[in-house]
Amino acid sequence: MAFGHSRTGGRGKGDKKSGDKAQGQRRTLFRRRKVCKFCADKIDDINYKDVKLIGPFVPERGKVLPRRISGTCAMHQRKLQTAIKRARQIALIPYVTD
Amino acid sequence: MASVGHRQYELVYILPPDTTEQQVADVHDQLAAVVSRMNGAIEKTENWGRKKLAYEIAHHKEGVYVVDVINGGGELMKEVDRRLRVMDQVIRHMIVRVDQEKKVVERTRSKRQAESERRRVKRGLPPVRQPGEGRPIDLDDMDDDHFEQAEG
Repeated sequence: MAFGHSRTGGRGKGDKKSGDKAQGQRRTLFRRRKVCKFCADKIDDINYKDVKLIGPFVPERGKVLPRRISGTCAMHQRKLQTAIKRARQIALIPYVTD
Repeated sequence: MASVGHRQYELVYILPPDTTEQQVADVHDQLAAVVSRMNGAIEKTENWGRKKLAYEIAHHKEGVYVVDVINGGGELMKEVDRRLRVMDQVIRHMIVRVDQEKKVVERTRSKRQAESERRRVKRGLPPVRQPGEGRPIDLDDMDDDHFEQAEG
């Protein structure tokens, strides 16, 4: 019995044939890499008065768009959060819409 | 740490849509009186005019926005806050301290500037970006603000 021969349970290189996996699954969607908008555009100041800037991060329902969708980095998401909350207080952005 | 008298605040207040210019000036004068009495200073005042409110406040769908930048201490702002609460004309107000945030923004900006200059010099380039250098701005990418998934 030679171990090196047929590696059925191993995690070796040639184990997965890349071809037959892609055929079976339809989920070969191209997903764009997410980048933090504020890092990319070098926006330092997320101001609550700037509705144009914050707007895209508040979907129709009025919630704060989660990081996993927008791709915002942790620091900027925090700043965005306070900006959104302030903007809500002075009625620039709704709390809820239904 | 800045001393108490050297803080900067932003005050936003909203008046009903039917207020006249005169009434707006009146409210502003009242505030200015309080601020100057307590050794503060209004640095600038911005009148945004009538804007649509995102939700109804006191049955109003629109409001006149006024933004003041005030230099002064916490006690002053406490008094301003109290006054605004009492005033009937003001339907909503908010006070935010801004000096610290401004400083942070300033610092990160200058840091980045210095860093980029350092790198450029290291690469043997002039410290400031020359016109026509690098990739042209992709106009398609400019306001690409929609996200692939709406809510999940």
